[in-house]
Amino acid sequence: MALKETLHQLKEKYKGTKMAPAFNAIHTFLYLPNETTHGGTHIKAADDLKRTMNTVIMALVPCLIFGMFNAGYQHFAALGTPVDFLSWDAFYIGLIKVLPLVVVSYGVGLAIEFLFAVIKGHEVEEGYLVTGMLVPLIVPIDLPLWMLAVAVAFGVVIGKEVFGGTGMNILNPALTIRAFLFFAYPTWMSGDKVWVHGAVERAGTADAISGETLLGAYAQNTELGYSLYDMFMGFIPGSVGETSKLLIIAGGLFLIFTKVGSWRIMLSTVIGALAMGLIFNGVADAGWIGESSKFYGLMSVPFWQHLIIGSILFGAVYMATDPVTASQTNRGKWIYGFLIGFISIMIRVFNPAYPEGVFLAILLMNVFAPTIDHYVVQGNVKRRMKRLKAKVA
Amino acid sequence: MEHIELFFKSIFIDNMVFATFLGMCSYLAVSKKVSTAVGLGAAVIFVLAITVPLNWLLDQYILQPGALKWLGPEFASYDLSFLSFIMFIATIATMVQLVEIIVEKFSPSLYNSLGIFLPLIAVNCAILGGSLFMQSREIATFGLALNYGIGSGIGWFLAILAIAAIREKIRYSNVPAPLRGLGITFIITGLMAIGFMSFGGMLTGGDEGASKKEDKAVEVEMIETPKVDNEETIEIAENTTTKEIN
Repeated sequence: MALKETLHQLKEKYKGTKMAPAFNAIHTFLYLPNETTHGGTHIKAADDLKRTMNTVIMALVPCLIFGMFNAGYQHFAALGTPVDFLSWDAFYIGLIKVLPLVVVSYGVGLAIEFLFAVIKGHEVEEGYLVTGMLVPLIVPIDLPLWMLAVAVAFGVVIGKEVFGGTGMNILNPALTIRAFLFFAYPTWMSGDKVWVHGAVERAGTADAISGETLLGAYAQNTELGYSLYDMFMGFIPGSVGETSKLLIIAGGLFLIFTKVGSWRIMLSTVIGALAMGLIFNGVADAGWIGESSKFYGLMSVPFWQHLIIGSILFGAVYMATDPVTASQTNRGKWIYGFLIGFISIMIRVFNPAYPEGVFLAILLMNVFAPTIDHYVVQGNVKRRMKRLKAKVA
Repeated sequence: MEHIELFFKSIFIDNMVFATFLGMCSYLAVSKKVSTAVGLGAAVIFVLAITVPLNWLLDQYILQPGALKWLGPEFASYDLSFLSFIMFIATIATMVQLVEIIVEKFSPSLYNSLGIFLPLIAVNCAILGGSLFMQSREIATFGLALNYGIGSGIGWFLAILAIAAIREKIRYSNVPAPLRGLGITFIITGLMAIGFMSFGGMLTGGDEGASKKEDKAVEVEMIETPKVDNEETIEIAENTTTKEIN
């Protein structure tokens, strides 16, 4: 245990100095703390912040690994030389493309967290562990690494640190990072070409793929290149981690089972999306909108199919449930989730400027979550006042 | 359909605060508590709902080039549009006086907590902005003008409501000292605007780029004018806060 001793010595040496939080963080990340609380009242529970974060990461790892396989699989499929999904070739491409995203995301984000902890003189918080894992999963595979670095710096500093760090932010940092990328570098973040490795370089050459994104195909009413089974299993182009609905549902169940994610938010988001899908189906069936309308294609998608195209499930399971930025009251969670699903599908259908609106819908509801909470709390206060009055009278 | 579209657009897509950043002075200053924010928001909805249609009438029958035709054919060539600012502000100031009297009579506590910002609605850029947007976007009928007034009022109301709730929530956050107060509020506003960008481009679609650019040129001109009000208001706001401290 030489490493532990070295770390311990370093920790003792820098105790009370500016650099102390940095060494403490490395120490607690790798080992149990040397000192435990003595006496007094304290809660003994296994689910501290670190455990919670690790649970989410565990739920995300299958998506990440699937994303690596899928990246290579899509790459070779686009080249016209398909390989088996679970093959070393596919995994290799994914590995060399996805791993740098993960490394840059964690490297830049944690560096900033350490810097802030040292300057402000508090312990390093675990908040970035999940964000750093989510970020590579929600970006296109070929995103230049420097863009990712800039966006992560923006997201961590403006999205989180200026509010005082973990637990204080108002917008989900991972989504802030994605929104920054989306609005700052739109050519790298949307369109038909960015979702498959190598497609950008090949554009304009003879190898250029003609593949449309699924949502684009739906909107244009053209024939889909993928079966529903492919969409559900995730053998489709897309952001790294969002494609496999099966693994996302598994991860969601895991989060619900461990009580880390809120089932209320997940369920109500799905209900909201289905409700909006049903409304659009109704409008399309009633013939209020002509088949020539540019909205018709997406409106007539059977409502349940909205769940397996795009990233609504990923958003519902991993993004909307962020306990810091979501509504915190139970009734608030139902409203919050429902509106996320509702607005996501609305943006998807009505907003030709953005092919997919899940992340923006979640950001929007993050903005309104405190308002929802405020009124839920006020409502409770009023109800109890009434009850009290009735009792007294 | 036209009405629904305009209503939705004025609340979300062309939100007064997040799309055009108008009315920032009172938005920043009166958003510390949700209850006060609701009061001011309601006042803004009320004032906008009355001044925009009123100014629409003024614009249609007095100010526009050729608007004076109803007086007789010899007035057809008159163009009084250079008077828009004065006339609009006059309407707005009158209405704000009215609101002030009503609020003071019916809710003295709200009147006291709004303080100087209630009369200052008169120079709130969102109110004048509403009337000027109504003019520049050539809103066609009285009904649509009323709709537009109420819609942009509700948009502003939602904005101040949301930021007030957020500011109540982050009251205990460990915000770095230099950013406390207005600094963090500006940052929050920017982040909230990102959330509101989800509606950007909706309904109009991406293919209206060309016509949008023209709109923008007009908007830039219009935003410059209320800026003066803005600075004045903030100065006054600062004065009042120092007074409160004293």
